[in-house]
Amino acid sequence: MSPHITTSSEANGNVSAATAQATVRAAERAEAAGPKPVTFAKALNTALADAMEADAAVVLFGEDIGTLGGVFRITDGLTARFGEQRCFDTPLAESGIAGMAIGMAINGMRPVIEMQFDAFAYPAFEQIASHLAKMRNRTRGALDMPVVIRIPYAGGIGGVEHHCDSSEAYYAHTPGLKVMTPSTVADAYTMMREAIDSDDPIVFLEPKKLYFSKDPVDLDALRAEHDAAASAGGHLTEGRAAIARPGTDATLIAYGPSVSTALAAAEAAAQEGRSLEVIDVRSIVPFDDETVSASVRKTGRAVVIAEAPGFASVASEITARVQERCFHSLAAPVLRVTGFDVPFPSPKLEHYFLPSVDRILDTVDLLQWED
Amino acid sequence: MSAVPGEQHATEAADLDTVCRHFGISVEDYLLPSRGQIQIVDETGKLRPAEDQGTEPGHEYPLPDDDTLMKAYEQLVIGRRVNDQNSALVRQGRMAVYPSSHGQEACQVAAALCLGADDWMFPTYRDSVAVMAKGVDPLETMILFRGDWHGGYDPRKYKVGIQSTPLTTQLLHAVGVAHAAKLRGEDTVVLAMCGDGATSEGDFHEALNFAAVFNLPVIFFVQNNQYAISVPLAQQSVAPSLAHKAVGYGMAGERVDGNDLVALMAVLGRAVELARTGAGPLLVEAHTYRMQAHTNADDATRYRQDAEVQAWQAKDPLNRMTAYLQGKGLLDDPASERIAAHAEETAKALRDGLNQDPEVDPLELFQHVYAHQTPQLVEQAALLADELSREGDAK
Ligand SMILES: Cc1ncc(C[n+]2csc(CCOP(=O)(O)OP(=O)(O)O)c2C)c(N)n1
Ligand SMILES: [Mg+2]
Repeated sequence: MSPHITTSSEANGNVSAATAQATVRAAERAEAAGPKPVTFAKALNTALADAMEADAAVVLFGEDIGTLGGVFRITDGLTARFGEQRCFDTPLAESGIAGMAIGMAINGMRPVIEMQFDAFAYPAFEQIASHLAKMRNRTRGALDMPVVIRIPYAGGIGGVEHHCDSSEAYYAHTPGLKVMTPSTVADAYTMMREAIDSDDPIVFLEPKKLYFSKDPVDLDALRAEHDAAASAGGHLTEGRAAIARPGTDATLIAYGPSVSTALAAAEAAAQEGRSLEVIDVRSIVPFDDETVSASVRKTGRAVVIAEAPGFASVASEITARVQERCFHSLAAPVLRVTGFDVPFPSPKLEHYFLPSVDRILDTVDLLQWED
Repeated sequence: MSAVPGEQHATEAADLDTVCRHFGISVEDYLLPSRGQIQIVDETGKLRPAEDQGTEPGHEYPLPDDDTLMKAYEQLVIGRRVNDQNSALVRQGRMAVYPSSHGQEACQVAAALCLGADDWMFPTYRDSVAVMAKGVDPLETMILFRGDWHGGYDPRKYKVGIQSTPLTTQLLHAVGVAHAAKLRGEDTVVLAMCGDGATSEGDFHEALNFAAVFNLPVIFFVQNNQYAISVPLAQQSVAPSLAHKAVGYGMAGERVDGNDLVALMAVLGRAVELARTGAGPLLVEAHTYRMQAHTNADDATRYRQDAEVQAWQAKDPLNRMTAYLQGKGLLDDPASERIAAHAEETAKALRDGLNQDPEVDPLELFQHVYAHQTPQLVEQAALLADELSREGDAK
């Protein structure tokens, strides 16, 4: 007889394990009532748990994500709660992880896989670019690919080489993939839920410098909002940029790890009497032209900010799109603050490379102000 | 289902130890391929004496029954006809390209027929005949090569992956399908195909290791046709055989004469049965030969000698099987005629289908990229639609 393994979390354990789970959930709910300081990591962890709870087809795998809970602890406790069939470690092979996820998706599962660090996702690139991105198109819609690739992403943590890459352009350039990156704790929850709901493959970039940042959020309320939107068939975040700070004089367009830097720059500019609007792109693909263009048409000036090297980058794409759509509203060329076109620097040099508040403010100063 | 083939009352899933106990051999002897290729019917179509079939303890294979062999033979005849029909259609400009499996049809047929209806197959560009033998509509199979779309059939409907071009990437999809089935408690077996050259790729390694570590019912079926385009096997690997690669993963390997349909049915049949009981993945290497160029665009005279091709001609899988079945008294003239007529029907369906020029819809370019078109794709589709309407106006 073949081994009988089911994907239901209850069936993996005995009755007492199920009771224990119920107790844990009740405790979590009591604890989560009302806004509380929650880390970005905990929001992601909760979103994963909620999605696993909601759908037995959701399975998690990657390197060190089982017993250890991931090197950043994003899957902490999920193996214990849902069993080794639902959250498990694989041999060390990123193409294997991505390729197996594709096969599982072909056969009815909704895999959420973790790449341990951004630059260690490159061995998986062939599977991602040649199959994951193309499968729906190749099969004329017969096979959807509900796969989420979670990638701890970008710098700002003093990491050594290969641990700090901003690799979004590779994925954003590949038709068939969607690319998301949250910058707030609330979005970490909601965007992860929506990524797992999606029938298209999602590259989910988690800015690792934000993992242990905290915001006061009400996870129960976020869960309820997600459930309501999902059952109405709508999206709260996919394809929708957010206005992170309203303003009137110029627009800063940023995403992921650069949003907090842009907000700090806007705060500093406000002290000097300049009102900057900050747009958090959130969804790189599909891109929300509408929100971004509306802001720039209103302010007439824009700076695009991103950590990745600027040449042939997502920042370049956004700049071009704004130029095409807002030309007649622009008082100055759209400028960019990006990483230099050099490999990501070693820890002692990274602050020269990363977009900083000063560099953003200097660039804003170049936007041909009349006064 | 029994833990090991032939055992009726076992309730536990088989593991390696159970299987080895059943065969009365050590784990090493089970994992290692037999000393030579398994060959049951020789090149002249004669049944070899059991002691000469290349088998050793634990590697003996029962002869498939007559009915199984006749069904396989029919597919073999159809497969040869399909290959030659498709090559002709390429020469006539009806298809962009066709990588023929002429000479490898026994492998193609056995790969499909060893599987049950709910089992999956993951083929390559060369495996069109196997795809059809698994039940996919011949014309849908050829849409890839006719050039109107990248794939012409619904993989879930036929349990056949889209024919894969990036070498060995599909082996990991096979692993994923098997893994999902196992998690749901289903006893699906998955057969994943690749060529000899492809065994050098990284995904070959990753797929075999994953399948072994997760103990998944995947049969890795390598058609060693001696060449990867122009590069001979000796430049891919110096392993004693490709089947030996299995041992490093803790997986059983076996090698078989890839032009002996009887041996292929026996070896793959047992592999499927073992995998289904939970004994883990297996690697089967079939020795065969690509009788024609890599594709119609290739010139094989640049890298191999005519004498070599002639030597393999004498080992042709179809001639051998015809002789064997005639010798056995299974294949009489009416049976031959019926089978030939069936093959001709398939060839005619291909000719008729591929001689048509179905309209392609340029706007379909935007339809299947995402579940819902993004605003950007809606814009681009409108641009193309506008261009098309202006072309229409100009006419
Ligand atoms: C990753 C990758 N690299 C290169 C190619 C180009 N290519 C197509 S077929 C082929 C030879 C493959 O030989 P083998 O695996 O022996 O299969 P065969 O064609 O002989 O059936 C090559 C190099 C490819 N399709 N995919
Ligand atoms: Mg070959």
